[in-house]
Amino acid sequence: MEHEIFMLNRIEFLLHLADNALIIGHRNSEWCAHGPALEQDIAISNIALDYIGQARNFYQHAAFLINELPHESSVFSIPATEDTLAYLRDASAFKNHLMTELPNGDWAFTTLRIFFFSSYQYFLYQQLIQHEDAQIAAIAEKSLKEVTYHLRWSSDWVIRLGDGTTESYQRMNTAINALWPYTQELFQENNFLQPTKNILAQIQTDWNEKIKNIFEEAGLHLPEKSVQYQGGTKGFHTEHLPIILTEMQLLQRVYPNCEW
Amino acid sequence: MSTHSNSKIEWPLWEIFVRSKQGLDHKHVGSLHAADAAMAIENARDVYTRRMEGISIWAVESKNIHASNPDEAGSLYDPANDKAYRHPTFYDLPDEVKYM
Repeated sequence: MEHEIFMLNRIEFLLHLADNALIIGHRNSEWCAHGPALEQDIAISNIALDYIGQARNFYQHAAFLINELPHESSVFSIPATEDTLAYLRDASAFKNHLMTELPNGDWAFTTLRIFFFSSYQYFLYQQLIQHEDAQIAAIAEKSLKEVTYHLRWSSDWVIRLGDGTTESYQRMNTAINALWPYTQELFQENNFLQPTKNILAQIQTDWNEKIKNIFEEAGLHLPEKSVQYQGGTKGFHTEHLPIILTEMQLLQRVYPNCEW
Repeated sequence: MSTHSNSKIEWPLWEIFVRSKQGLDHKHVGSLHAADAAMAIENARDVYTRRMEGISIWAVESKNIHASNPDEAGSLYDPANDKAYRHPTFYDLPDEVKYM
């Protein structure tokens, strides 16, 4: 029984990692063919694909563990696959951070979100490389190279826009005020985060330091005080997530098991 | 972004050279727009090396490349036409020498 709870927690943790990557990946993919310049369109589409790739790896591993569970205890439909996990779960079952599901806004909002989120992933994956589950460790190691690039690319944009024209500075400031209320959720403890609980504080310290350094270079300032939202990891989402899922899951919901 | 276009100024054009593997030359692969050299290399990484094409990237602003004039092709290249003695084709190569 204890082992089952342990495994369920691990599965939830994997779904959380996968959902985060899938949803922010989907948001970034919405830029495809709408980027501000051809080259940046390709860059953000590449980043979107990196995220979807990470999501697939985590879902595949989660599906494997789900299928290993004793049947009577499983709260998941079996057999699980990466597709059933991505396409056949409802919004309340998704465990992504709220930050990832917010609409794209403008280029400043989009790049700042990638900056906040990839900084978080950068420090998280560095810890996950030492995870006792060898599969999680391997996915983290593979993904870290991608994340390192996302972080460099997005830092570059935060600095460019913050230290750019009056308008770009204003847009970046607007983005900071809009996104900051969703940043502290990244470091919220949660049952299924058990294995990472004691490292969250360290990740937060490293994250704060990173944000501070880039903001200094960009001539930007952290908001003094701000309301903080949370609930995503528990399945309490903004109204934006169901809209994403409606679009993303439409085909599988209307034509179950269809292939194309 | 595109609706607010007080930024009508286009990013400069850059020529991109990629070395596909150690020991080979950088080869011209194409051009792209970028605000500065750093962005040109980042963009080149996304545009030209996403399928493992390279291990090194050079970016040169296109305005710094000076080209020969096509109108002068006659005087520049034709005189080489009938000077076969400039080609090292009058030697017998030993079989042991490969890759020539």
